[in-house]
Parts: sequence; C-alpha cells; structure tokens
Amino acid sequence: MTATRGGASPAGPKGQPAQRPGALGFLTDTTLCIGCKACEVACKQWNGLPMDNIGWTGNSYDNTGDLGATTWRHVTFVERIADQAGRRPATLQPFQSNWLMMSDICKHCAHAGCMEACPTGAIVRTEFESVVIQQDVCNGCGYCLPACPFGVPEISDTDGKAHKCTLCYDRLTDGLEPACAKACPTDSIQFGRIDDLGERATERVASLRERGVEGAHVYGDQDVGGSGGIGGLNAFFVLTAPPEVYNLPRRPELPQRKSVRGYLATAGAAVIFGAAAFFSLRER
Amino acid sequence: MGLGKLGKLLGTHVGMVPNPVSQRTREARSRLRGASATVSVCPYCAVGCSQVVYTKDERVIDVEGNYESPINGGTLCPKGAATAGLMGSPLRVTTVKYRAPHSDHWEDRTLDWAMGRIAQLVKETRDVTYEARNQQSVPVNRTLGIGHLGGATLDNEENYLIKKLFSAGLGIVAVENQARI
Amino acid sequence: MPGLGARLGRGAATTTQQSLAESDCIVIMGANMAENHPVGFRFVMKARERGARVIHVDPRFSRTSALCDVHVPLRAGSDLVFLGALVNHVIQHQKYFREYVVHYTNASVIINPEFKDTEDLEGLFSGYNAAERRYDPDTWQYAGQQTKPAPEEDPAQSAEPRPQVVGQISDPPQTDPSLEDPHCVFQLVKRHFARYTPELVERACGVPRTLFLEVAEAITRNSGIGPDGVDRTTAFCYAVAWTQHTIGTQIISCCALLQLLLGNIGRPGGGILALRGHSTIQGSTDIPTLYNLLPGYLPMPSSAGEGDRSLEDYLRHYRPETGAWHAMPNYVVSLLKAWYGTAATPANEFAYHLVPKIEDDYSFQPMLLMMRQGIMKGLFCMGQNPAVGGQNTVLARRALATLDWLVVRDVHEVETAAFWYDAPEVRDGEVRPQDIKTEVFLLPAAIAAEKEGSYTNTQRLVQWHDKAVEPPGDARSEAWFLYQLGKRLKELYAGDDSPQGRQIAALAWDYPTLDGSSSGDPDLQEVLKEINGYTVADGQPVRDFTALRDDGTTAGGCWIYSGIMPQAGRNLARSRKGDGRASLEWGFSWPANRRLLYNRASADPQGNPWSERKKWVWWDAQEGRWTGYDVPDFPLTKPPGYRPAPGAKGLDAHAGDSPFVNMADGKGWLFAASGLRDGPLPTHYEPFETPVHNLLYPQQPRNPAARHFPRPDNRYHEVGDARFPYVITTYRLTEHHTAGGMSRWVPWLAELQPEGFVEISPELAAIAGVDNGGWVTLSTLRGEVEARAMVTERLQPLTIDGQALHQIGMPWHFGFGGLARGAIANDLSLLVEDPNSLIHEAKSFTCNLRPGRLVQTRAQAGAQTGALRR
Repeated sequence: MTATRGGASPAGPKGQPAQRPGALGFLTDTTLCIGCKACEVACKQWNGLPMDNIGWTGNSYDNTGDLGATTWRHVTFVERIADQAGRRPATLQPFQSNWLMMSDICKHCAHAGCMEACPTGAIVRTEFESVVIQQDVCNGCGYCLPACPFGVPEISDTDGKAHKCTLCYDRLTDGLEPACAKACPTDSIQFGRIDDLGERATERVASLRERGVEGAHVYGDQDVGGSGGIGGLNAFFVLTAPPEVYNLPRRPELPQRKSVRGYLATAGAAVIFGAAAFFSLRER
Repeated sequence: MGLGKLGKLLGTHVGMVPNPVSQRTREARSRLRGASATVSVCPYCAVGCSQVVYTKDERVIDVEGNYESPINGGTLCPKGAATAGLMGSPLRVTTVKYRAPHSDHWEDRTLDWAMGRIAQLVKETRDVTYEARNQQSVPVNRTLGIGHLGGATLDNEENYLIKKLFSAGLGIVAVENQARI
Repeated sequence: MPGLGARLGRGAATTTQQSLAESDCIVIMGANMAENHPVGFRFVMKARERGARVIHVDPRFSRTSALCDVHVPLRAGSDLVFLGALVNHVIQHQKYFREYVVHYTNASVIINPEFKDTEDLEGLFSGYNAAERRYDPDTWQYAGQQTKPAPEEDPAQSAEPRPQVVGQISDPPQTDPSLEDPHCVFQLVKRHFARYTPELVERACGVPRTLFLEVAEAITRNSGIGPDGVDRTTAFCYAVAWTQHTIGTQIISCCALLQLLLGNIGRPGGGILALRGHSTIQGSTDIPTLYNLLPGYLPMPSSAGEGDRSLEDYLRHYRPETGAWHAMPNYVVSLLKAWYGTAATPANEFAYHLVPKIEDDYSFQPMLLMMRQGIMKGLFCMGQNPAVGGQNTVLARRALATLDWLVVRDVHEVETAAFWYDAPEVRDGEVRPQDIKTEVFLLPAAIAAEKEGSYTNTQRLVQWHDKAVEPPGDARSEAWFLYQLGKRLKELYAGDDSPQGRQIAALAWDYPTLDGSSSGDPDLQEVLKEINGYTVADGQPVRDFTALRDDGTTAGGCWIYSGIMPQAGRNLARSRKGDGRASLEWGFSWPANRRLLYNRASADPQGNPWSERKKWVWWDAQEGRWTGYDVPDFPLTKPPGYRPAPGAKGLDAHAGDSPFVNMADGKGWLFAASGLRDGPLPTHYEPFETPVHNLLYPQQPRNPAARHFPRPDNRYHEVGDARFPYVITTYRLTEHHTAGGMSRWVPWLAELQPEGFVEISPELAAIAGVDNGGWVTLSTLRGEVEARAMVTERLQPLTIDGQALHQIGMPWHFGFGGLARGAIANDLSLLVEDPNSLIHEAKSFTCNLRPGRLVQTRAQAGAQTGALRR
C-alpha cells in the first residue's frame, strides 16, 4: 500500500487493525492512563485539527477543557488526593488512583442521538458501526448538539459545521488503527472488535476488584453509560470512581426517548425501537 | 415509508432508513496511501522512540510511532506525537536573522553571508585570545575567548564534529552541553 | 554520571527500559517517569501488571505517583538520608546478598587505618583542606597500597572530575572475607550509616517511619536473598531530581551502593536506570561536548600544575595498571589519528601537543561568569537555550549581553536569540537594546527527520534516523554548519604559521559530501566510520575496540562506539530487528552491543545463573565461554575460576568473579577509594540553600566540597534565612520539553500547557492568602518572578524536625517567547556546583512567596525582603 523504506510498516500487531467489517471501537481503561495527552495530540495531528487556545484554566492539568469541534480526544483530570481531614494517602490502590485521568471521546453509541436528530442525513453509521458526521453533507444546523447526552459534537467557528471523532474512519478503511489508540503509550486506549473489548473490560474489572480496586466498573453497557435507549456504547471505559466524578452521566438517555415517553405507550415505543434496532443490524 | 414518517415524527428516522453515504465518505481513505515511509527517532527525550515519517512529494504528511520498535512498539507521547507539528511549526525559523551590535531589530541576511561573517568573527576572536603556552609555559594551544553550548539534542556525529572542530581544530575548551543543566 | 562511574565503572544506566518489565519492585526516586518518560513508563506498567510493587518517592504527588502503589512525599534535598537509611536497614537486618557482596564488591577490602569517617570528624572525612574546600584522598586508599599521585589531587584541578578512570591498585588488596575487620569496607559502611535511622528519616525527610519501613520491606523482599531465594530483583529509576543537588553525585552513588548490597546490579529487572531528558544526552556525554572529557570518557588533558605536557605524562597520570582502562593508549592514539590524520605521527606523539589543555572549570556555570568578565567573547548555542534553561538566568542573559557575538542555531526564535529586545529586563526598560553590543546570528536548524545521524538513548542504545525530507529554507544540519565553517576557517588560516594556524591546519577535515558538491552535507556514514575506528592503511572499519592500536595504524574517534560499524557499509545503529528479549539486533548498545552492564553478575561466582527466572548471562563450561541472552560484559573466555598471576596487567589482573571490568580491581565499590571529590561514602549535607539545619552533622550544613560563586549578582540565602522560608523545586511537564524551544512554539503542545504556573498546597495558600488561579510573586536574592498559583493537594506541607515545612513547585519550561509563555523559573535559581559532576542545584533551594503580581508587590515588599531584581 505504501512504499516502505528502512523496515517501516504502516500497520502491525498492536490493536488488531480492522481488516474485516464489524463493530469496532475503543476500550479506554482509565486505570492504565497516565494523563499524558498523547491521544489528544495524535488525534489532532492525524485529523489536522488546530489548537483550541483556551488558555490556562487552573483546573488541574486540563487546559483543553472539553470535547469539542477541534478536540476529539480529551483527557479529564480529577484530583481526589486528600481525605476529608486533608490527609494525603501514601499507600494507594493499585494502578491509577487519587489523581484520576480519563481520556474521553465520542461514544459511538449503538443508538446515536446525534444521528437520529440530524435532519440532513449528514450523520451516518459506518460499516464499522461508528458514527460519522459527513462534512460534505452537514449544514451546521446544530440539532445534533442537544441530542447527544454526552455533549460531544460541536459547531466549528471556522466552517460552521458540526465536528467530532470519526473513529479515524479514513484509517479504518485502510486497516489502520485509530491514531489515539496507536499512540497511547500505556495501552489505556485499546482499539478492536467490540465483542473482544467487552470481554476484556469485564475481565479487567474482575481482576482489578480482585486486586482491591473495589470501585472498578465498566462504563458503557446498557446499565451504566449506554442506558436510556442508547443500547450500549462502542467506546466504553473502565472507571474506578462513579461516572459523575469524571463528568460522565451515569444513566444517559436519548433525548428523543425522553420526548417519546410523554406521547406514546411504552409498548409502542418498543415497536419503534425494535425496528430501529433491526435496521441498525443491517450491516452484519 | 410509513415507518419512516413515524420515525421522522419521533426523530428516529435514521436507523430505519440508513442515511445516504456521501461521495466523500465513500472515497475516504488514509492519506498514507502512496506515501513514502522513513524510519526516524523522536527528537525529544531520551526514551528513544522509533518513528515512521510519512512523506508525499517531499512533504511530511504524518509522523507516527514505529510498531517494530522494542521500545515504543508504535506508541508515542504527546511530544513525539507532535513531531509533525514541530517540523511544520508555523513559527519555525527558516531564514537567517541577523542583529547588528546595538541594533533594535532583526535583519535578513543570506546564509552564505552569515557563514562568512561567523568564520571571520571566530578567527578574529581566536587570534586575539589564543594561548599557545600558559604562564608556566606549558603548551596549551587553547582559547577561552569562544564557547559552545549544546549537543544533547543534536546527533552523535554532530557532537563528534563539534568537539573535533572546536576543540581539536580551534583550541576552544569551553565546550559544554545540557548534561549539566 | 560519576555517582555510578565511581562505584560501578561506567557512568551510564546499567539496565534497559525493557528490563524494567522483569522487575519485582521498582523504586522511582528523583524522577517523574510517567510525566517525563511516558513511553518508558510502559515497562513499569508491564511490571505492575505482573504484580511488581512500584514506589514513587518524590516531594510532589505527580502523574507518576498516581500510577504507583506507594507515594512517599519527602522533603526536596533529603534523598540521601532516605537512601542512607535503606542502606542501614539492609545491613542491620542482614538483608544484603552476602555471596554477591563478598565476591563482587570491595566489601572485604581493608582500608588505610588512617581513614577517618564523617562520624569521627563531625561531618568531614579525613584529608579535608578547608582553605581550598577540597579533599586530599590519601587516607581513603586500600591499606598497603601505594597511592599514586593523580592529577585530580592537584588543587588547581579540583573542578575537573575524573570519574571514569578510577582506581590504581598496585598489589592485590588485603581482604577479610568474613567482613569482620573493623577497617574493612563493610564495617566502615556499616558504621558510617548507623545513624541513618527510620527516626532520622522521619525528622529530616518528613517521611513517617512506618512508611519508610514499608519501602524498606518492599525492596528487601524483592532483592537478593528474599523469601523466594534469589528470584527477585528491584530496579531504581532516577533522573535529574537526583543529579541537580550539590550532593547529587553522592545521592546516585548511594543508590549504587545500595543496589550492590542488594545484589541487583547486572541482573535482569535490577540495576539503575538513569532517565535522561534529551534525545542524545547520553551520546553527547559519550562523544562529549563537555569541556573535561575526550570521546569515550578519556580525560581531557590538563595544564594545571606540572600538567599533562606530553602524551607520556598523560598516560602516566591516567592509565591504570589493572582493569579495562589499562588499554587506554590504544584509544588515545587512535583518537589523535582520527583528529589529526597524517599530522599525527609516532615522532610527534601523534600531535598530542595540539590537543588544547584545560586548566580550570569551564563547565556551563563558570562559562557564564567568563562571559560576564569579558574573557569569553563569542558563543555558539546549538539547540540550547541558556536564557531560560541556565541557572540564575538573570545573570545568564546579562552574560549574553556582554558577548561580542552570539550564534544561535535552533528551530524557533528562542529566548537566547531574542534576549536583546524581548527579555523582561528589556521590556521593563532596565536595559536598552542600544546598550547591548552583542552581534547576534539566528541560523535555522534541521530537525532529526530532515537529516541522518544517530541518537543514543537513555539506556546507551544508539539508533540511526534516516532522512525523510530536506530541511526548509535556510535550515541546515549542525553537521553541515560545522563542516562548512571548518572549511572556511581552514581557508582563512591557509598559510598561517602561527600556533593557532598550525592547529587548524593539522585537523583532518575532509569528508565526502552526499551530493559531491563542496557546499553539500558531509556523509555522516563516513563520520560514523571515523567514530567507530578504521585501519589507517586501507580505511576499513575495525570490528570492535580490541582492534584499536596505539602505534598509529588505527584511527578511531570514540572507542566505546567501536563495533557500531563492524564492516564497511554495515551500520548497526540502523539495524532494526527487535525481539521479545534483549533485542540485540535493534540498534547498537555501547560497549560492544552489551545491553545490561556488568551482566557477569547475573551469574553466581561459579558462573551459573543465580536463578532460573532471572538468568541472563552464564558460563558454558563445555564451550569454555560466557553465553546467554545478552553480549557478556566480560572477557568471553575467562573462566569463573580464573585467578590472576602476580603482576598481571589489564583485565588479566581480574579474577573470574570480577564483574566490574572498568574498576581497577574488578569489584563494585561500596567504598570509593578514588573518583569522588566529596568523600568515599555518601554523606548527607543539606542543599546549599535550606531552611533546615543538618541534623546529622550540625557543623557541616553544606557539602564542604561544593563549588560556589558568591557575587553581587549571585547572592545566596544563608541556612535558615527567615526571609526565604520555603523550599522550591523546579521540574518539567509531559507537555513540554526542557527550555521549550521544541514545544512552546508548537500549537498542539502549547495549548496543553499554555502558561507557566507554580504549584502550592492549600495549606500554604491559606497562609499566603492565595486562591487557586491567583497571582503570586516568588523572590530570591537572584530575582523575582510572578506566576499564577495552582493550589493543589498534590503538594503538602511536611513536618521537619517538628516544624511545618512548605514546598513550592515551579515548572521551568517557560519563557517570554513562543505560544506558551510564562515567567522563567531559573530567574530565581543560583549558580552552585556539585563538586563531581559540576551540576547545579535547581531541585532544592529557598524562596519567598507573596500574593499578588510583581509590579504590585515589588514596591511594598522588595526592600523588605532584600530581594533584588538583578
């Protein structure tokens, strides 16, 4: 595919590049995150995103603030160092603790509020089950913004269109893993088949709990994070503190579902969503 | 399209009727197609991450970690991941700047002029400050009039040439780098 | 780093980053590895995943601490108390690896009975010369040994470390293998550290004794003879938070001492990993751009005293009779041939006289003073930014302003190039550009992927980078610049018969260019071949350093890199085949592609692996050679049972159980009879500036051999000066690189840390009356700066000898240029030197902190604190 000099290869063993279609996504294991922000930079580099220029926030080491039109990976920093008496602990629970760092990203929801709200058809679900805003279709109406329970898409000041993570769609089509996952030095960001990642997340949580990390849990299944009609996330997380600590909603809901609730009987909605689910399986 | 209509009413039309895939989406491919790949080493810290620099038409289009490295295995830190940004830095200096003594502004000069001027200054300073012997008439062949700083971010071969030219060739002894910084 | 060199024989990391994954316990101390070496940290994470205990000892809770099992907050500058207490714990509780210690270290050697310890002399060792602030190490020698006067004992040379050539052993030393003799090294070490107790750790470091004991338990359980026998190893990782102290070398040497006692040196998952901060800072020490070294750690000749007048003098002064360094003449003569080519002949001692001689300390800090004094008139800065990264940068920028000319080669307009119009003192109107005479050149430089060449990483691994694109515009490689400048100077001096004309004329300076034109880039494969060494007659590369000769038949620029190009066109730095273990075919690791140094110690005295799980290099009795996963760091066919004949020289003088081949006796030195200027054993002294008195040696608050530079523009705070009650420590962040020249101008990095700041605890913030994000002014007698405060529980006050002590953290990346700007932390720091490494002390000094901005507070408080802006 590419000319290679000096023994380089564009794709290799890490992260199982997407050679076959199917649901692909991320497992972001915060217990392995060192808050280095390589993911933020690798994402910007690959996707040609400019700096945000927010300035110094004084909010721990977070100076990019939030996911947005030009920040598609964002590392959240939460300092929970001292106990209530102000005592700093010396012996810590295994892996990341007390200074929590989480690399946030578009969740590529199984049922994506943004996509469902988009009136122009700009937002599509790809053959990898990722959710992509097609820039040549988007008219910048902004309907997708409130429709996302996680506040992911944002309208760019530059081109007036909505932007967010594409799961590196252009890389996936060529069998390359997404830039953030590739760069991550500690494998906090793992890329692969959702099924595999889901198993890995479950095992990881079990292993963490065995080692004394009692708060370890998966964020992004249908109970926590992928709830409320979302049907689970294709980018999910292993967390060690309640989701709210990371500024993540515990039980997000599709806004569409909230409105549905008022008008229709649950059974009726179930028919609709059942149908939606049927169609969403179209690629399998 | 009955369902579609209902879906639209409820805001769930997508999923029942897939949105059309645009031409741009259909044609989306990695820009690494057709690129040349060159193996480099990250210029920042001393971990020694191997990088692959992708180029097209003599321009850098991407820098990533090299999967084959036993050290970084394809990964990079934020600085390493910004290497393409360093190389293409909008603020990068690409022309020679010259500030005359007591001046309050930069001037543009040619590289050739600067090289000639620097060589001349080195010779003048060296000739004035050169010590062939010290006060005890021990042969020393040195000058304290010129110093050098830097090396830890250069190449080994360049460090070799610095020491060889400056110390062995010109007698400059105050040659130092960041190892003590 | 002489701290390692004086005890182990080489100043470099003994292990690799990958080997950390094999560790059972990792202590990160004096380093913030997750932040500053994130990719290297993945091996710590791998070890952690396998169940290793990971401990971070650091004043601040950093991103590294967050990933560790234990965070030990200690007072900046008290590291040696902590390490010394670990040594004491290991000895008192019989946790040392006795067989390793007896065979592989000098524990059993009897020291001159005249030796007096700091315990005897209230904080001084015997031999101290107070007037000259230096030691005469006569009494530190092995008993019965002739002490051969070495130039390092010359007072005029007290600032020139000779770290790599250590030890002159004229006879087999007297030993007591029972380790009971009161004058044997082991007993001296035991006695020296006896007062380094958990109680002292609590008082001096601010670390609760229970926490100290938890660390002590973790490392002893995972080293030497632990509960699982010899299966476990502990590694230490350190960085400049150990080096940047006036006792930095001894802090590191104390770690080496501890790791020798625990039997962790030379074993996989053990060792000491020096984490270095620049892409080839190791390489620029190996092939040194340092004033006191020649390539390959040969000493730079000196003219002090009688001087190294001739090559014969030089070799008499530095060449030991025993150990690997005995082969030194081969390396020196080959270097002279590489430098002076046909002008170097046996008749003229290979042009040795042309090598400039040093006579004083010309390291970075004295250089600034030489500029201020007008001695140094011209300066090249290649990828270094002393206006931000130097110490006492107010003085440093004044030094730049005193120069006649300054050549800066960099990729951005760094502060060192822009000081004459953009520095704070210029913007404040205190200095006017028209008063600055310096003629300044800013020449654009090439970045790694725009040129080819090699870097040596933190583990001595040399890796070649290929050239991907041409550098933009007028940007050129340093190689191009140097080659072209050298050619111009040769032309300017053509026919000049002055001494300086003859020196440059003799230089061999004729490399083929890549494009064949006279203005092109020199072919760096040819330069690498010269570094590797070649046979003069046919120009063919030598296969390794054993092929170098002292008769002028070989030339070689850096003997420890010999073997990097074993055949013409075969560049091992460019070999790129990794594997899951030693990856011997990925790059080239000096010396001779050895990955773990002293790896003979991974086997027992009989040559068998200490443990199956930690086997690495061992003796194959059938084949009659050392073998294993690595290249043995030992004479390949020397049997474990080999005993030297009387009068044997070089490596033949070492027995088969002597893994430390560069040491005169082949042993790791618990007691450093030479090689360290401030004592044979590590001793705690307070930082040069400290709010705390020395609890161990009240008479000696500071390192008695530290070099200092008292001047009106470099004033010091006295011990306990109430005007400067806080300890300040400077450091780096993941998002930036050193003085910022490669990061603060890059948008993707600038946005991540867009502005300088200081970190303080909520407790200190309450005292000072500062809220998070509020402005504070920091002051010392060198300078004052303002920055916004990050109030964070990651910092905490410590209780030191019953008193609360507050520490302030300040990243030192920032300056007045680029996208990410901020006050220059080093405007506060001081010029002062560790006597061995000549490194400054930015990791612990004192300051004051006031709420508010500089202009607001200067009028009110400047006079009161006596702080001067300049």
